[in-house]
Amino acid sequence: MIDYGKVLNKTVTDIKPSGIRKFFDIAATMDDVISLGVGEPDFQTPWSIRKAGIESLQRGKTKYTSNWGLIELRREISNYLERKFSVKYCPENEILVTVGGSEAIDMALRALINYGDEVIIPQPSYVCYEPITRIAGGVPVIVNTKAENDFKITAEELRSVITDKTKVLILPYPSNPTGAIMEKEDLLEIAKVLDGTDIMVLSDEIYAELTFSGKPHVSPASLEGFFERTITVNGFSKAFSMTGWRLGFACGPKPVIDEITKIHQFAIMSSPTTSQYAAIEALKNCDEDVKYMLKQYNMRRRMIVAGFNKIGLTCREPKGAFYAFPSIQSTGMTSEEFCEKLLYSKKVAVVPGTAFGESGEGFIRASYCYSVEHIKEALSRIEEFLKEIK
Amino acid sequence: MKYEVLKLLSQNAKYSPEDISTMLGITEAEVVDIISELEKDNVIRGYKAVIDWEKLDGAYVSAIVELNVVPKAGLGFEEVAEKIMKYREVEAVYLMSGDYDLNIIVKGKTLQDIAWFVAKELATIDSVTSTATHFVMRRYKDMDVELITGVNDDRGQLFV
Repeated sequence: MIDYGKVLNKTVTDIKPSGIRKFFDIAATMDDVISLGVGEPDFQTPWSIRKAGIESLQRGKTKYTSNWGLIELRREISNYLERKFSVKYCPENEILVTVGGSEAIDMALRALINYGDEVIIPQPSYVCYEPITRIAGGVPVIVNTKAENDFKITAEELRSVITDKTKVLILPYPSNPTGAIMEKEDLLEIAKVLDGTDIMVLSDEIYAELTFSGKPHVSPASLEGFFERTITVNGFSKAFSMTGWRLGFACGPKPVIDEITKIHQFAIMSSPTTSQYAAIEALKNCDEDVKYMLKQYNMRRRMIVAGFNKIGLTCREPKGAFYAFPSIQSTGMTSEEFCEKLLYSKKVAVVPGTAFGESGEGFIRASYCYSVEHIKEALSRIEEFLKEIK
Repeated sequence: MKYEVLKLLSQNAKYSPEDISTMLGITEAEVVDIISELEKDNVIRGYKAVIDWEKLDGAYVSAIVELNVVPKAGLGFEEVAEKIMKYREVEAVYLMSGDYDLNIIVKGKTLQDIAWFVAKELATIDSVTSTATHFVMRRYKDMDVELITGVNDDRGQLFV
Protein backbone atom coordinates (compact mmCIF):
# COMPACT_ATOMS: atom_id res chain seq x y z
CA MET A 1 0.00 0.00 0.00
CA ILE A 2 1.36 3.36 -0.99
CA ASP A 3 1.27 5.98 1.75
CA TYR A 4 0.20 8.91 -0.36
CA GLY A 5 0.84 11.26 2.52
CA LYS A 6 4.51 10.43 2.06
CA VAL A 7 4.77 10.34 -1.71
CA LEU A 8 3.02 13.60 -2.48
CA ASN A 9 4.84 16.90 -2.52
CA LYS A 10 4.67 18.40 0.94
CA THR A 11 4.34 22.00 -0.21
CA VAL A 12 1.31 20.97 -2.21
CA THR A 13 -0.31 18.80 0.45
CA ASP A 14 0.17 21.63 2.96
CA ILE A 15 -1.97 23.95 0.87
CA LYS A 16 -5.40 24.01 2.43
CA PRO A 17 -8.21 23.28 0.03
CA SER A 18 -10.42 26.31 -0.34
CA GLY A 19 -13.27 26.36 2.18
CA ILE A 20 -15.39 27.91 -0.51
CA ARG A 21 -15.32 24.75 -2.53
CA LYS A 22 -17.33 23.04 0.20
CA PHE A 23 -19.68 25.97 0.38
CA PHE A 24 -20.39 25.91 -3.36
CA ASP A 25 -20.90 22.16 -3.19
CA ILE A 26 -23.62 22.67 -0.59
CA ALA A 27 -25.23 25.39 -2.70
CA ALA A 28 -25.19 23.09 -5.72
CA THR A 29 -27.29 20.47 -3.91
CA MET A 30 -30.02 22.98 -3.00
CA ASP A 31 -32.94 23.93 -5.23
CA ASP A 32 -33.80 27.53 -6.09
CA VAL A 33 -30.51 28.90 -4.88
CA ILE A 34 -29.99 32.39 -6.19
CA SER A 35 -26.29 32.97 -6.51
CA LEU A 36 -24.18 36.08 -6.48
CA GLY A 37 -21.16 33.85 -6.29
CA VAL A 38 -19.95 33.39 -9.82
CA GLY A 39 -16.93 35.41 -10.91
CA GLU A 40 -17.43 35.21 -14.63
CA PRO A 41 -19.48 37.24 -17.11
CA ASP A 42 -23.02 36.12 -17.89
CA PHE A 43 -22.73 37.47 -21.44
CA GLN A 44 -22.06 35.10 -24.29
CA THR A 45 -18.77 35.62 -26.10
CA PRO A 46 -19.66 38.17 -28.83
CA TRP A 47 -20.76 36.32 -31.94
CA SER A 48 -18.06 37.66 -34.26
CA ILE A 49 -15.44 36.20 -31.91
CA ARG A 50 -17.14 32.82 -31.84
CA LYS A 51 -17.43 32.96 -35.63
CA ALA A 52 -13.73 33.69 -35.99
CA GLY A 53 -13.03 30.57 -33.90
CA ILE A 54 -15.38 28.46 -36.00
CA GLU A 55 -13.91 29.74 -39.26
CA SER A 56 -10.38 28.99 -38.11
CA LEU A 57 -11.50 25.40 -37.50
CA GLN A 58 -13.12 25.24 -40.94
CA ARG A 59 -9.88 26.42 -42.47
CA GLY A 60 -8.14 23.60 -40.66
CA LYS A 61 -6.16 25.76 -38.24
CA THR A 62 -5.81 22.98 -35.73
CA LYS A 63 -2.06 22.71 -35.23
CA TYR A 64 0.24 24.06 -32.53
CA THR A 65 1.20 27.68 -32.95
CA SER A 66 4.59 29.17 -32.14
CA ASN A 67 5.45 28.81 -28.44
CA TRP A 68 4.92 32.54 -28.07
CA GLY A 69 1.53 32.45 -29.75
CA LEU A 70 0.48 33.55 -33.25
CA ILE A 71 2.46 36.58 -34.34
CA GLU A 72 -0.74 38.19 -35.73
CA LEU A 73 -2.26 37.90 -32.28
CA ARG A 74 0.82 39.28 -30.53
CA ARG A 75 0.75 42.24 -32.92
CA GLU A 76 -2.89 42.85 -32.05
CA ILE A 77 -2.13 42.57 -28.33
CA SER A 78 0.66 45.09 -28.76
CA ASN A 79 -1.66 47.51 -30.63
CA TYR A 80 -4.40 46.98 -28.09
CA LEU A 81 -2.23 47.70 -25.05
CA GLU A 82 -0.88 50.82 -26.65
CA ARG A 83 -4.31 52.01 -27.81
CA LYS A 84 -6.05 51.36 -24.50
CA PHE A 85 -3.42 51.73 -21.81
CA SER A 86 -0.55 53.62 -23.48
CA VAL A 87 1.97 50.88 -22.83
CA LYS A 88 4.24 49.62 -25.58
CA TYR A 89 5.36 46.01 -25.87
CA CYS A 90 7.21 44.58 -28.81
CA PRO A 91 5.18 41.77 -30.45
CA GLU A 92 8.33 39.86 -31.40
CA ASN A 93 9.83 39.36 -27.98
CA GLU A 94 7.95 41.05 -25.15
CA ILE A 95 4.59 39.25 -25.34
CA LEU A 96 3.73 35.64 -24.54
CA VAL A 97 0.25 34.23 -25.18
CA THR A 98 -0.79 32.02 -22.27
CA VAL A 99 -3.59 29.72 -21.14
CA GLY A 100 -5.58 32.42 -19.39
CA GLY A 101 -4.14 35.08 -17.14
CA SER A 102 -3.76 32.31 -14.56
CA GLU A 103 -1.01 30.56 -16.46
CA ALA A 104 0.76 33.86 -16.96
CA ILE A 105 0.78 34.46 -13.20
CA ASP A 106 2.06 30.95 -12.50
CA MET A 107 4.81 31.12 -15.13
CA ALA A 108 5.88 34.61 -14.13
CA LEU A 109 6.24 33.69 -10.46
CA ARG A 110 8.08 30.49 -11.32
CA ALA A 111 10.46 32.41 -13.56
CA LEU A 112 11.22 34.95 -10.84
CA ILE A 113 11.28 33.14 -7.52
CA ASN A 114 14.36 31.54 -6.04
CA TYR A 115 13.87 29.39 -2.94
CA GLY A 116 13.06 31.63 0.02
CA ASP A 117 12.34 34.78 -2.00
CA GLU A 118 9.56 36.91 -0.61
CA VAL A 119 6.50 37.86 -2.59
CA ILE A 120 4.40 40.76 -1.36
CA ILE A 121 0.70 40.08 -1.79
CA PRO A 122 -1.92 42.72 -0.94
CA GLN A 123 -5.10 41.15 0.42
CA PRO A 124 -8.07 40.76 0.20
CA SER A 125 -7.22 39.50 -3.26
CA TYR A 126 -7.77 36.68 -5.69
CA VAL A 127 -6.80 33.33 -4.23
CA CYS A 128 -4.04 32.09 -6.51
CA TYR A 129 -1.05 34.24 -5.58
CA GLU A 130 -0.29 32.66 -2.23
CA PRO A 131 -0.35 28.98 -3.26
CA ILE A 132 1.50 29.62 -6.51
CA THR A 133 4.18 31.52 -4.61
CA ARG A 134 4.60 28.61 -2.19
CA ILE A 135 4.71 26.00 -4.95
CA ALA A 136 7.43 28.05 -6.65
CA GLY A 137 9.43 27.97 -3.39
CA GLY A 138 8.70 31.53 -2.40
CA VAL A 139 7.44 33.00 0.84
CA PRO A 140 4.19 34.96 0.70
CA VAL A 141 4.27 38.24 2.62
CA ILE A 142 0.74 39.45 3.10
CA VAL A 143 -0.22 43.11 3.26
CA ASN A 144 -3.66 43.54 4.76
CA THR A 145 -5.08 46.51 2.90
CA LYS A 146 -7.72 48.57 4.64
CA ALA A 147 -11.25 49.58 3.83
CA GLU A 148 -10.52 53.17 4.84
CA ASN A 149 -7.81 53.25 2.15
CA ASP A 150 -10.28 51.80 -0.33
CA PHE A 151 -8.28 48.56 -0.18
CA LYS A 152 -5.37 50.12 -2.06
CA ILE A 153 -1.87 49.19 -0.98
CA THR A 154 -0.18 52.31 0.37
CA ALA A 155 3.45 53.33 0.08
CA GLU A 156 3.91 53.03 3.89
CA GLU A 157 2.39 49.56 3.97
CA LEU A 158 4.69 48.50 1.17
CA ARG A 159 7.78 50.07 2.74
CA SER A 160 7.12 48.33 6.03
CA VAL A 161 7.28 44.81 4.53
CA ILE A 162 10.20 45.17 2.14
CA THR A 163 13.28 43.17 3.17
CA ASP A 164 16.43 42.19 1.30
CA LYS A 165 14.61 38.98 0.36
CA THR A 166 11.75 40.77 -1.37
CA LYS A 167 11.60 39.62 -4.98
CA VAL A 168 8.15 40.45 -6.27
CA LEU A 169 5.31 42.84 -5.51
CA ILE A 170 1.95 41.71 -6.79
CA LEU A 171 -0.42 44.45 -7.86
CA PRO A 172 -3.82 42.82 -8.29
CA TYR A 173 -5.81 45.83 -9.49
CA PRO A 174 -8.63 46.36 -10.44
CA SER A 175 -9.28 44.06 -7.54
CA ASN A 176 -11.26 40.90 -7.21
CA PRO A 177 -12.95 40.94 -4.63
CA THR A 178 -12.85 44.58 -3.46
CA GLY A 179 -13.29 46.44 -6.74
CA ALA A 180 -10.42 48.71 -5.73
CA ILE A 181 -8.31 50.37 -8.39
CA MET A 182 -4.95 52.12 -8.21
CA GLU A 183 -4.98 55.64 -9.61
CA LYS A 184 -1.95 57.14 -11.29
CA GLU A 185 -0.98 59.06 -8.10
CA ASP A 186 -1.23 55.89 -6.01
CA LEU A 187 1.08 54.06 -8.40
CA LEU A 188 3.60 56.88 -8.51
CA GLU A 189 3.87 56.65 -4.71
CA ILE A 190 4.55 52.93 -5.05
CA ALA A 191 7.14 53.64 -7.75
CA LYS A 192 9.02 55.92 -5.34
CA VAL A 193 9.30 53.09 -2.81
CA LEU A 194 10.54 50.66 -5.44
CA ASP A 195 12.98 53.12 -6.97
CA GLY A 196 16.55 51.88 -6.66
CA THR A 197 15.53 48.32 -5.73
CA ASP A 198 15.47 45.19 -7.90
CA ILE A 199 11.95 44.35 -6.81
CA MET A 200 9.83 43.13 -9.70
CA VAL A 201 6.14 43.90 -10.08
CA LEU A 202 3.55 41.39 -11.25
CA SER A 203 0.58 43.46 -12.33
CA ASP A 204 -2.54 41.35 -12.73
CA GLU A 205 -4.76 43.48 -14.94
CA ILE A 206 -7.37 40.94 -15.96
CA TYR A 207 -10.14 43.43 -15.04
CA ALA A 208 -8.47 46.39 -16.80
CA GLU A 209 -11.38 46.94 -19.18
CA LEU A 210 -13.84 47.03 -16.31
CA THR A 211 -13.40 50.40 -14.65
CA PHE A 212 -16.29 52.75 -14.09
CA SER A 213 -15.01 56.23 -13.41
CA GLY A 214 -14.89 57.09 -17.10
CA LYS A 215 -11.11 57.24 -16.91
CA PRO A 216 -9.26 54.27 -18.38
CA HIS A 217 -7.37 51.86 -16.13
CA VAL A 218 -3.79 52.95 -15.44
CA SER A 219 -1.36 50.23 -16.33
CA PRO A 220 1.73 50.47 -14.08
CA ALA A 221 4.04 49.65 -16.99
CA SER A 222 2.91 52.86 -18.69
CA LEU A 223 4.48 54.89 -15.87
CA GLU A 224 8.06 55.85 -15.35
CA GLY A 225 9.91 53.62 -12.94
CA PHE A 226 7.70 50.62 -13.62
CA PHE A 227 8.31 49.35 -17.14
CA GLU A 228 11.67 47.67 -16.57
CA ARG A 229 10.44 45.88 -13.43
CA THR A 230 6.90 45.01 -14.45
CA ILE A 231 5.29 41.92 -15.86
CA THR A 232 1.85 42.85 -17.10
CA VAL A 233 -0.72 40.06 -17.06
CA ASN A 234 -4.02 40.38 -18.85
CA GLY A 235 -6.39 38.21 -20.85
CA PHE A 236 -9.63 37.78 -22.70
CA SER A 237 -11.83 36.15 -20.06
CA LYS A 238 -13.41 39.10 -18.35
CA ALA A 239 -13.24 41.89 -20.92
CA PHE A 240 -14.50 39.84 -23.85
CA SER A 241 -16.52 37.31 -21.90
CA MET A 242 -14.24 34.50 -23.05
CA THR A 243 -13.58 32.58 -19.83
CA GLY A 244 -13.88 29.12 -21.37
CA TRP A 245 -11.49 29.92 -24.21
CA ARG A 246 -8.65 30.01 -21.70
CA LEU A 247 -6.52 32.73 -23.20
CA GLY A 248 -4.39 35.43 -21.66
CA PHE A 249 -0.96 36.96 -22.02
CA ALA A 250 2.12 38.06 -20.14
CA CYS A 251 4.12 41.08 -21.26
CA GLY A 252 7.41 42.37 -19.96
CA PRO A 253 11.00 43.13 -20.77
CA LYS A 254 12.53 40.64 -23.21
CA PRO A 255 14.91 38.91 -20.78
CA VAL A 256 12.02 38.12 -18.44
CA ILE A 257 9.58 37.01 -21.13
CA ASP A 258 12.35 34.81 -22.63
CA GLU A 259 12.58 32.83 -19.39
CA ILE A 260 8.83 32.68 -18.85
CA THR A 261 8.48 31.37 -22.38
CA LYS A 262 11.00 28.66 -21.59
CA ILE A 263 8.73 27.27 -18.87
CA HIS A 264 5.64 27.75 -21.01
CA GLN A 265 7.31 25.87 -23.83
CA PHE A 266 7.87 22.80 -21.65
CA ALA A 267 4.66 22.92 -19.65
CA ILE A 268 2.14 24.04 -22.26
CA MET A 269 3.85 24.12 -25.70
CA SER A 270 1.43 26.67 -27.11
CA SER A 271 -1.89 28.17 -26.13
CA PRO A 272 -5.11 26.87 -27.71
CA THR A 273 -5.00 27.64 -31.43
CA THR A 274 -8.75 28.14 -31.96
CA SER A 275 -8.84 30.58 -29.07
CA GLN A 276 -5.94 32.52 -30.51
CA TYR A 277 -7.72 33.03 -33.82
CA ALA A 278 -10.87 34.09 -32.00
CA ALA A 279 -8.85 36.51 -29.86
CA ILE A 280 -7.50 38.30 -32.94
CA GLU A 281 -11.08 39.17 -33.83
CA ALA A 282 -11.76 40.27 -30.24
CA LEU A 283 -8.93 42.78 -30.29
CA LYS A 284 -9.54 44.01 -33.81
CA ASN A 285 -13.30 44.48 -33.96
CA CYS A 286 -15.00 44.23 -30.60
CA ASP A 287 -14.60 47.60 -28.91
CA GLU A 288 -18.35 48.16 -29.23
CA ASP A 289 -19.17 44.84 -27.56
CA VAL A 290 -16.86 45.66 -24.69
CA LYS A 291 -18.48 49.07 -24.34
CA TYR A 292 -21.94 47.52 -24.30
CA MET A 293 -21.03 45.02 -21.59
CA LEU A 294 -19.33 47.70 -19.52
CA LYS A 295 -22.50 49.77 -19.64
CA GLN A 296 -24.59 46.85 -18.44
CA TYR A 297 -22.13 46.09 -15.63
CA ASN A 298 -22.21 49.71 -14.60
CA MET A 299 -26.01 49.74 -14.24
CA ARG A 300 -25.89 46.53 -12.21
CA ARG A 301 -23.07 47.91 -10.12
CA ARG A 302 -25.03 51.00 -9.18
CA MET A 303 -28.07 48.86 -8.45
CA ILE A 304 -26.26 46.43 -6.15
CA VAL A 305 -24.27 49.10 -4.30
CA ALA A 306 -27.36 51.24 -3.69
CA GLY A 307 -29.26 48.11 -2.70
CA PHE A 308 -26.74 46.99 -0.08
CA ASN A 309 -26.51 50.45 1.42
CA LYS A 310 -30.28 50.73 1.52
CA ILE A 311 -30.76 47.50 3.43
CA GLY A 312 -28.09 48.49 5.92
CA LEU A 313 -24.93 46.77 4.68
CA THR A 314 -22.41 49.53 4.12
CA CYS A 315 -20.92 49.15 0.67
CA ARG A 316 -18.13 51.32 -0.72
CA GLU A 317 -18.26 52.09 -4.38
CA PRO A 318 -16.28 49.46 -6.27
CA LYS A 319 -14.37 51.30 -8.98
CA GLY A 320 -13.48 48.29 -11.07
CA ALA A 321 -14.03 44.56 -11.74
CA PHE A 322 -17.55 43.19 -11.23
CA TYR A 323 -17.90 42.66 -7.51
CA ALA A 324 -19.46 44.53 -4.63
CA PHE A 325 -17.73 44.07 -1.28
CA PRO A 326 -20.17 45.21 1.43
CA SER A 327 -19.42 45.13 5.12
CA ILE A 328 -21.49 42.79 7.27
CA GLN A 329 -19.92 43.95 10.52
CA SER A 330 -23.22 45.50 11.66
CA THR A 331 -24.68 41.98 11.97
CA GLY A 332 -22.06 40.94 14.51
CA MET A 333 -21.48 37.73 12.58
CA THR A 334 -18.28 36.49 11.01
CA SER A 335 -18.23 36.44 7.22
CA GLU A 336 -18.50 32.68 7.08
CA GLU A 337 -21.32 32.54 9.58
CA PHE A 338 -23.21 35.18 7.63
CA CYS A 339 -22.78 33.39 4.32
CA GLU A 340 -23.71 29.99 5.68
CA LYS A 341 -26.83 31.25 7.46
CA LEU A 342 -27.86 33.29 4.45
CA LEU A 343 -27.48 30.26 2.22
CA TYR A 344 -29.50 27.96 4.46
CA SER A 345 -32.23 30.38 5.40
CA LYS A 346 -32.70 32.38 2.19
CA LYS A 347 -30.89 30.31 -0.40
CA VAL A 348 -28.68 33.15 -1.50
CA ALA A 349 -25.05 32.30 -2.20
CA VAL A 350 -22.40 34.97 -1.66
CA VAL A 351 -18.72 34.47 -0.85
CA PRO A 352 -17.26 35.28 2.59
CA GLY A 353 -14.56 37.94 2.44
CA THR A 354 -12.21 35.66 4.36
CA ALA A 355 -11.88 33.48 1.26
CA PHE A 356 -9.62 36.28 -0.03
CA GLY A 357 -7.47 36.58 3.05
CA GLU A 358 -7.93 37.29 6.74
CA SER A 359 -8.41 40.98 6.06
CA GLY A 360 -11.62 40.08 4.25
CA GLU A 361 -13.22 39.33 7.63
CA GLY A 362 -16.36 41.38 8.09
CA PHE A 363 -17.07 41.56 4.36
CA ILE A 364 -18.82 39.49 1.73
CA ARG A 365 -18.23 39.40 -1.99
CA ALA A 366 -21.26 39.66 -4.24
CA SER A 367 -20.71 39.35 -7.96
CA TYR A 368 -22.94 41.41 -10.20
CA CYS A 369 -22.50 39.27 -13.29
CA TYR A 370 -26.24 38.76 -13.19
CA SER A 371 -29.33 40.44 -14.59
CA VAL A 372 -30.79 43.40 -12.72
CA GLU A 373 -33.88 41.32 -11.88
CA HIS A 374 -31.69 38.58 -10.42
CA ILE A 375 -29.77 41.12 -8.35
CA LYS A 376 -32.97 42.70 -7.06
CA GLU A 377 -34.35 39.32 -6.02
CA ALA A 378 -31.12 38.45 -4.20
CA LEU A 379 -31.12 41.81 -2.43
CA SER A 380 -34.69 41.45 -1.28
CA ARG A 381 -33.91 38.01 0.15
CA ILE A 382 -30.87 39.43 1.95
CA GLU A 383 -33.06 42.21 3.32
CA GLU A 384 -35.51 39.64 4.73
CA PHE A 385 -32.59 37.78 6.23
CA LEU A 386 -31.30 40.92 7.94
CA LYS A 387 -34.72 41.62 9.41
CA GLU A 388 -35.00 38.11 10.77
CA ILE A 389 -31.63 38.09 12.50
CA LYS A 390 -32.22 41.43 14.22
CA MET B 1 -30.78 60.32 -21.00
CA LYS B 2 -34.21 60.08 -22.65
CA TYR B 3 -32.97 57.30 -24.82
CA GLU B 4 -31.41 55.47 -21.87
CA VAL B 5 -34.63 55.68 -19.87
CA LEU B 6 -36.65 54.38 -22.81
CA LYS B 7 -34.27 51.53 -23.35
CA LEU B 8 -34.66 50.42 -19.75
CA LEU B 9 -38.44 50.75 -19.83
CA SER B 10 -38.58 48.77 -23.05
CA GLN B 11 -36.75 45.99 -21.26
CA ASN B 12 -38.91 46.13 -18.18
CA ALA B 13 -41.81 48.54 -17.84
CA LYS B 14 -42.00 47.72 -14.15
CA TYR B 15 -38.68 49.38 -13.33
CA SER B 16 -39.53 52.07 -10.84
CA PRO B 17 -38.17 55.61 -11.19
CA GLU B 18 -35.96 54.73 -8.25
CA ASP B 19 -34.52 51.68 -10.05
CA ILE B 20 -33.92 53.69 -13.19
CA SER B 21 -32.33 56.59 -11.34
CA THR B 22 -29.95 54.18 -9.58
CA MET B 23 -28.98 52.39 -12.75
CA LEU B 24 -28.35 55.57 -14.71
CA GLY B 25 -26.80 57.56 -11.88
CA ILE B 26 -29.29 60.44 -12.07
CA THR B 27 -31.87 61.65 -9.54
CA GLU B 28 -35.27 60.11 -9.16
CA ALA B 29 -36.88 63.49 -9.84
CA GLU B 30 -35.09 63.70 -13.18
CA VAL B 31 -36.37 60.26 -14.13
CA VAL B 32 -39.92 61.18 -13.19
CA ASP B 33 -39.64 64.33 -15.31
CA ILE B 34 -38.24 62.49 -18.30
CA ILE B 35 -40.94 59.84 -18.14
CA SER B 36 -43.80 62.27 -17.81
CA GLU B 37 -42.47 64.29 -20.71
CA LEU B 38 -42.19 61.17 -22.83
CA GLU B 39 -45.74 60.22 -21.89
CA LYS B 40 -47.01 63.71 -22.64
CA ASP B 41 -45.31 63.71 -26.03
CA ASN B 42 -46.83 60.33 -26.79
CA VAL B 43 -43.42 58.75 -27.20
CA ILE B 44 -44.42 56.27 -24.53
CA ARG B 45 -47.74 54.99 -25.78
CA GLY B 46 -48.55 52.57 -22.99
CA TYR B 47 -47.34 49.89 -20.62
CA LYS B 48 -48.44 46.33 -21.21
CA ALA B 49 -47.60 42.90 -19.91
CA VAL B 50 -45.79 40.44 -22.15
CA ILE B 51 -48.03 37.38 -22.02
CA ASP B 52 -47.28 33.88 -23.15
CA TRP B 53 -50.78 32.98 -24.27
CA GLU B 54 -49.72 29.49 -25.22
CA LYS B 55 -49.57 28.72 -21.51
CA LEU B 56 -53.36 29.07 -21.46
CA ASP B 57 -55.01 26.40 -23.57
CA GLY B 58 -56.86 27.75 -26.57
CA ALA B 59 -56.82 31.28 -25.31
CA TYR B 60 -55.28 32.93 -28.28
CA VAL B 61 -54.61 32.32 -31.95
CA SER B 62 -53.00 34.81 -34.24
CA ALA B 63 -52.18 35.19 -37.88
CA ILE B 64 -50.27 37.47 -40.16
CA VAL B 65 -52.39 38.63 -43.06
CA GLU B 66 -50.76 40.08 -46.14
CA LEU B 67 -52.99 42.48 -48.01
CA ASN B 68 -52.66 43.95 -51.45
CA VAL B 69 -54.48 47.21 -51.70
CA VAL B 70 -55.24 49.73 -54.42
CA PRO B 71 -54.20 53.05 -52.93
CA LYS B 72 -56.70 55.91 -53.15
CA ALA B 73 -55.73 59.04 -55.03
CA GLY B 74 -54.66 61.68 -52.56
CA LEU B 75 -55.06 59.40 -49.53
CA GLY B 76 -52.62 56.63 -50.39
CA PHE B 77 -52.94 53.77 -47.94
CA GLU B 78 -54.06 55.88 -44.99
CA GLU B 79 -57.78 55.48 -45.49
CA VAL B 80 -57.77 51.71 -45.68
CA ALA B 81 -55.18 51.39 -42.91
CA GLU B 82 -57.29 53.51 -40.59
CA LYS B 83 -60.36 51.47 -41.37
CA ILE B 84 -58.55 48.19 -40.67
CA MET B 85 -56.92 49.27 -37.43
CA LYS B 86 -60.27 50.01 -35.85
CA TYR B 87 -61.15 46.32 -35.70
CA ARG B 88 -60.86 44.79 -32.27
CA GLU B 89 -59.32 41.67 -33.86
CA VAL B 90 -56.42 43.63 -35.33
CA GLU B 91 -53.33 43.88 -33.21
CA ALA B 92 -50.98 45.60 -35.64
CA VAL B 93 -51.07 47.25 -39.05
CA TYR B 94 -47.90 47.96 -41.00
CA LEU B 95 -47.35 49.43 -44.44
CA MET B 96 -44.72 47.29 -46.09
CA SER B 97 -42.14 47.61 -48.81
CA GLY B 98 -41.89 44.70 -51.23
CA ASP B 99 -44.37 42.12 -52.50
CA TYR B 100 -47.48 43.27 -50.70
CA ASP B 101 -48.81 46.45 -49.13
CA LEU B 102 -50.24 45.98 -45.66
CA ASN B 103 -49.18 43.53 -43.02
CA ILE B 104 -51.92 42.89 -40.48
CA ILE B 105 -51.57 40.90 -37.28
CA VAL B 106 -54.93 39.45 -36.39
CA LYS B 107 -55.86 37.66 -33.19
CA GLY B 108 -58.82 35.52 -32.32
CA LYS B 109 -59.95 32.74 -30.06
CA THR B 110 -59.89 30.08 -32.76
CA LEU B 111 -58.55 29.56 -36.27
CA GLN B 112 -62.14 29.73 -37.39
CA ASP B 113 -62.59 33.21 -35.91
CA ILE B 114 -59.64 34.49 -37.85
CA ALA B 115 -60.63 32.79 -41.08
CA TRP B 116 -64.09 34.35 -40.84
CA PHE B 117 -62.71 37.72 -39.98
CA VAL B 118 -60.41 37.74 -42.98
CA ALA B 119 -63.04 36.45 -45.36
CA LYS B 120 -65.89 38.62 -44.16
CA GLU B 121 -64.20 41.82 -43.11
CA LEU B 122 -60.80 42.27 -44.68
CA ALA B 123 -61.33 40.60 -48.06
CA THR B 124 -64.52 42.50 -48.68
CA ILE B 125 -62.99 45.95 -48.35
CA ASP B 126 -63.27 47.61 -51.77
CA SER B 127 -59.67 48.55 -52.24
CA VAL B 128 -58.29 45.18 -51.05
CA THR B 129 -57.36 43.10 -54.08
CA SER B 130 -55.95 40.02 -52.40
CA THR B 131 -55.23 38.48 -49.00
CA ALA B 132 -52.84 35.78 -47.81
CA THR B 133 -53.26 34.49 -44.26
CA HIS B 134 -50.44 32.83 -42.32
CA PHE B 135 -51.33 31.36 -38.97
CA VAL B 136 -48.78 31.64 -36.22
CA MET B 137 -47.93 28.15 -35.05
CA ARG B 138 -45.54 28.91 -32.26
CA ARG B 139 -44.05 31.97 -30.65
CA TYR B 140 -40.44 31.65 -29.67
CA LYS B 141 -39.81 35.28 -28.90
CA ASP B 142 -42.24 38.15 -28.66
CA MET B 143 -41.75 41.80 -27.81
CA ASP B 144 -38.06 41.09 -27.22
CA VAL B 145 -38.82 38.41 -24.68
CA GLU B 146 -37.79 34.80 -25.17
CA LEU B 147 -40.87 32.70 -24.58
CA ILE B 148 -39.35 29.27 -24.84
CA THR B 149 -37.12 28.34 -21.93
CA GLY B 150 -33.85 30.06 -22.51
CA VAL B 151 -30.41 28.72 -21.82
CA ASN B 152 -29.85 27.92 -18.18
CA ASP B 153 -27.02 29.56 -16.33
CA ASP B 154 -24.42 26.93 -17.10
CA ARG B 155 -21.48 28.73 -15.57
CA GLY B 156 -19.33 26.36 -13.59
CA GLN B 157 -19.40 26.98 -9.86
CA LEU B 158 -15.69 27.65 -9.90
CA PHE B 159 -14.20 29.77 -7.28
CA VAL B 160 -12.76 32.74 -9.15
